[in-house]
Amino acid sequence: MTINARTTLTSFVVNGDPQEVSVTGAQTLLNVLREDLHLTGTKCGCNQGICGACTVLCDGMPIRACLALAMVVDGRDILTVEGGKTDPVLSVVQQAFVETGAVQCGFCTSGMIMSATALLMRKPSPDRQEIREELSGNLCRCTGYAKILDAVALAASRLPIQESAT
Amino acid sequence: MTTHTPNLKAVKIAGGVATNQRHDSAHKHVTGTAVYIDDMPEPAGLLHVGLGLSNVTHGTLKKVDLSAVRAAPGVVDVLTYADVPGENDVSPSGMHDDPVFAEGKVQFHGQPIFAVVARTREEARRAARLAKIEYGELPAVTSIWDLDPEKDKQVTTPLTLTRGDAAAAIAAAPRRLKGRMKLGGQDHFYLEGQVSLAVPGEDDEVLVYCSTQGPSETQHLVSHVLGVPSHAVTVEVRRMGGGFGGKETQANQCAAIAAIAAKKHGRAVKVRLDRDEDMTATGKRHDFAIDYEVGFDEEGRILGVDFMFALNAGFSADLSGPVGDRALFHCDNAYFYPAVHAKSAPLYTNTVSNTAFRGFGGPQGMVGAERVIEEVAFAVGKDPLEIRKLNFYDAIGVAGERNLTPYHQKVEDNIIHRIVAELEESVSYARRRREIAAFNANSRFVKRGIALTPVKFGISFTKTESNQAGALVHVYADGSVHMNHGGTEMGQGLHLKVAQVVAEEFQIDLDRVKITATTTAKVPNTAPTAASSGADLNGMAAQDAARQIRKRLTDFAAEKYQVPVDQVVFLPNRVRVGNQEISFDALVKQAYLNRIQLSAAGFYKTPKIHWDRSKGRGHAFYYYAYGAACSEVSIDTLTGEYVVERADILHDVGRSLNPAIDLGQIEGGFIQGMGWLTTEELWWDGKGRLRTHAPSTYKIPLASDRPKIFNVALTDWSEAYEPTIHRSKAVGEPPLPLGISVLQALSDAVASVADHKISPRLDAPATPERVLMAVERLKAQAAKA
Repeated sequence: MTINARTTLTSFVVNGDPQEVSVTGAQTLLNVLREDLHLTGTKCGCNQGICGACTVLCDGMPIRACLALAMVVDGRDILTVEGGKTDPVLSVVQQAFVETGAVQCGFCTSGMIMSATALLMRKPSPDRQEIREELSGNLCRCTGYAKILDAVALAASRLPIQESAT
Repeated sequence: MTTHTPNLKAVKIAGGVATNQRHDSAHKHVTGTAVYIDDMPEPAGLLHVGLGLSNVTHGTLKKVDLSAVRAAPGVVDVLTYADVPGENDVSPSGMHDDPVFAEGKVQFHGQPIFAVVARTREEARRAARLAKIEYGELPAVTSIWDLDPEKDKQVTTPLTLTRGDAAAAIAAAPRRLKGRMKLGGQDHFYLEGQVSLAVPGEDDEVLVYCSTQGPSETQHLVSHVLGVPSHAVTVEVRRMGGGFGGKETQANQCAAIAAIAAKKHGRAVKVRLDRDEDMTATGKRHDFAIDYEVGFDEEGRILGVDFMFALNAGFSADLSGPVGDRALFHCDNAYFYPAVHAKSAPLYTNTVSNTAFRGFGGPQGMVGAERVIEEVAFAVGKDPLEIRKLNFYDAIGVAGERNLTPYHQKVEDNIIHRIVAELEESVSYARRRREIAAFNANSRFVKRGIALTPVKFGISFTKTESNQAGALVHVYADGSVHMNHGGTEMGQGLHLKVAQVVAEEFQIDLDRVKITATTTAKVPNTAPTAASSGADLNGMAAQDAARQIRKRLTDFAAEKYQVPVDQVVFLPNRVRVGNQEISFDALVKQAYLNRIQLSAAGFYKTPKIHWDRSKGRGHAFYYYAYGAACSEVSIDTLTGEYVVERADILHDVGRSLNPAIDLGQIEGGFIQGMGWLTTEELWWDGKGRLRTHAPSTYKIPLASDRPKIFNVALTDWSEAYEPTIHRSKAVGEPPLPLGISVLQALSDAVASVADHKISPRLDAPATPERVLMAVERLKAQAAKA
């Protein structure tokens, strides 16, 4: 048996719920979310950290769940697209995506929403250019991005304006 | 979502046709609760598949030693062609040239040779690498560029379109020119890759959940591969994470492999391709080599044109015949050719078999037409837009002679003049053209360019039998409605539009109509959701089903309340019978109690169309969709890098069923077309290996690539010339070639370095490298002149 087959107990919080999962060394966070926790909202698009469909937040920072090893998130706080009830910013972004029609096939949507949420957590009033740049790590093949950018701008307009922590 | 009480006093229903409605799954997509095939709860004992792909581009399989694969941890079985119970073929054309597993030889790098069935996906994939295969390598052809379209091997019969004597017209023309254009292919890059989950049933039965645009075709091919009748195979799909043509035929191989393994082992089996495998082993948009010769007068009016559209079919026919046909059908774009000769050549190469992709050859034909226009414009020293307008087909209502296509169909509904005129005005084309010239005169390195290009796109499958559709509508005793039809949902909002049609017929709120997964068990023998036809065909079929039920309800109410049938009127959420109103739900309940059938199968076939391929004549398209785009770009002449500064689109969808959804299709289609012609470059190395098989190397547009200013509008005045579903028009493919305006704008910017005296002949994709090379070439030519 290789080292990858050895399991380690990893504890982290997902969408407010404490989780304890036995993971192997090579197991990704994406795999744990989808296979062990049955949180299938986070998608596997390219599985190499480029397309952004698997974006989740780890202590508020966007990460690629397909590249992050599950062991590494031990003790961390993970937010996925299923966590709208526990996170007010995420919930506002979700509602804005629905209202602006920023969703077509939907496969990029969860990653896109998490990237947008991370941006708005860090910077509640980004300008249009900042939104474009921030979302350029998430590929969408359907929409041409127009309504996605509108959605993020709408969400930003609904969030209370406050100075960024960073 | 479905618990509200219908408003019995409403003036209009909530969610009828011609209204903005949100995508029916939007609330599920944003919360991660919309289920794709890989998200479904997995059946106990599920097995996974990894594919063994060819490592050479063309060769015989001298020895295939899979013993190490079989011995690897977790491996349950290894499947090869010998395990295929029926035909080892998933050819959609019936040409028997698309093996499920290579047998005896491989014809492209990445062709599936075997499939590993294992407990986990990782085990299957890891084991697949342990095969020891001895190949007898053969000479390989990996590009069409140096092939002879008349003599080299073709995968299927080419098409020729002829009207008038093009050779004579060109020879007699005051001006003549000819040239050749290289036009690249395109990977679909649907975000959800190919995936199938097969669940074995009793006897010969199998249920396949497949991310497919053509469930009936998938069913047909799975039954063919299993050697069982179609009635044993059920194919179901609720939604796809994007399709774009890439899941029209390309879904079938995974479905077939999953079904073979599931039946052999009596366990559910999932096949989900990895992104690299998906991009390597499944077909793409065809790259073309376009030869053109054109004769024209001093004004720039085209007198005769001759085209050769050579397309890279790859190793098998797949849909390359019809794709080449559609290129020819669109080699006129919106222009009248007094004499034309156009030929396709679907050439065999040792690359993956190319397939359907949004536009299906049409955009390639139009790029050829626009190249010719551009060449003529440079030859006579005019703005290409002037040449475009000079050569348009006659407008609707004009009793002229300039309205016959190369396939002898009369263009009856042409509204391109008005669209182009309105767009030209709204974008201030003439003023911006002057401003750009002034800018370029004063800017040493950064140059701007602008182009306004039209689109005319033919709507109908050219394969006549595909222009049919079915639907199944049930009204339950509580008045709620279950809707099913043959179309598939890949994000385009088809199910929503069809549900709007059904809601409109019954005059009930949209949320009383349940959208359900497409399945071959409910609606049989359907066309793939392709050719932009989804709403046209399935909307009509669903309307037919709903009308049958409505008529039964009407007859029932008339009889029960003893009123004439014309006094039974469906109002929002209620029915007026004589002088009284009764809720829809109550009437349905009464009808049920009186044993009225509340379920109906609907059907539609497109009228008027016919096509004789051997003669190259017919009424191939029911109607045309029109549009125009104006793009402005700036290029850096030192690096070739560019920015799309602004794009404006005016597009015709007839009387839109759902303007919000249609605008999304147009925006997305334009960006996808722009990507195809600019940054998306497929690159095969000298050994025939695709080296751009992941998003790290294959560049689809990003949010930051979209035009800085992007205005999209619908022609709010247009309606379909033919009685289509509520006079709407198809919207899937027609917006994609709007992206040609970006290529032409780049070309215009490049031309500025030689004072617009030399035709830039900018090939596609116009990557920054290619733009830079064109700039250098023009500078050198200008210096020599």
